[in-house]
Amino acid sequence: MHELSIISSIVESVTESLAAYPGAQVIEVRLRVGALASVVEDSLQFCYQIATEDTPLAGSKLVVNVLPVVMHCEPCGQDVTLPSLQSFRCPQCGEFVADLRQGRELEIEAIEIEENHDHAHC
Amino acid sequence: MTTRIVELRKGILKKNDELAAGLRQRYTAAGVLVLNLVSSPGTGKTAFLELTLRELRTRGARVAALVGDLETDNDARRLAASGAPVRQINTHGICHLDADMITSHLGGWQLDELDYLFIENVGNLVCPSSYDLGEKVRVALLSVTEGEDKPLKYPTLFNSADAAVITKMDLAVPCGFDRDLALKNINEIRPGIRIFETSAKTGAGMDTWLAYLAEEREGRK
Repeated sequence: MHELSIISSIVESVTESLAAYPGAQVIEVRLRVGALASVVEDSLQFCYQIATEDTPLAGSKLVVNVLPVVMHCEPCGQDVTLPSLQSFRCPQCGEFVADLRQGRELEIEAIEIEENHDHAHC
Repeated sequence: MTTRIVELRKGILKKNDELAAGLRQRYTAAGVLVLNLVSSPGTGKTAFLELTLRELRTRGARVAALVGDLETDNDARRLAASGAPVRQINTHGICHLDADMITSHLGGWQLDELDYLFIENVGNLVCPSSYDLGEKVRVALLSVTEGEDKPLKYPTLFNSADAAVITKMDLAVPCGFDRDLALKNINEIRPGIRIFETSAKTGAGMDTWLAYLAEEREGRK
């Protein structure tokens, strides 16, 4: 339940990136969140509206892409997607899998902005 | 007005991750083994750590501890009774320790004069898993009174652990603790993890745990 501090980091990070686009308005912020990242989307959405007030992100939409857990299965020699977090076993061969390839991501993938050309670079 | 997609690919916890990477370098350079202890409130992290600190000191090891809680310095006072240097971190409502809090509480300590540094995290089975503190070993603790399915309920934390400690084993029988099921559940979430069954009251399992600490410390040289 540290979603508020996560949103504060997002606001800070996006605001920094906006410096390259003066006067631009943020339409959408897209996140990639792994299923093991300990972050709940509903809670993020709830905090987002409050924590973005009076920031350049106010009124923008938050899109959360949840990434499933992908493990490498040694016996199968390939990456496999876990259907749930209740068992870290390969869904194909049933062997335990410990080599995590995806699932802990917590990142801002992209932002969609509307540029204001009155502020375009000379 | 035109719309544009700007790819950022920025880690949201990048600041913490960078600080943690810096801490990890400091720990390695100093030759100190750092462990991060995480569990629910009431699992017995402090009792387990009190005994660990005492036993290590008896064996001549140089140890220190940082302990996180929302309020009070009760745990720091308990741990300091072992004779080890201990500092309390009060987070005042924040549900986890972060790398910045660790950095600011290490001031004045000579890390190269330590063999082991223990960080007792805030009692919480969710948030601490996201915050790297630069530790080499993350230890997830579970007491016999909590239920064998705790690892299944909190997979994000147990999956990020390097070692698991079951505490209060002296209460296993009165609590009807199903040991085999607990071991199976931990292994189901974190296959191959080292599991230690301990009691801070009787001292059971401490020899194996202390041997593991020594191995981990040797491994880092």
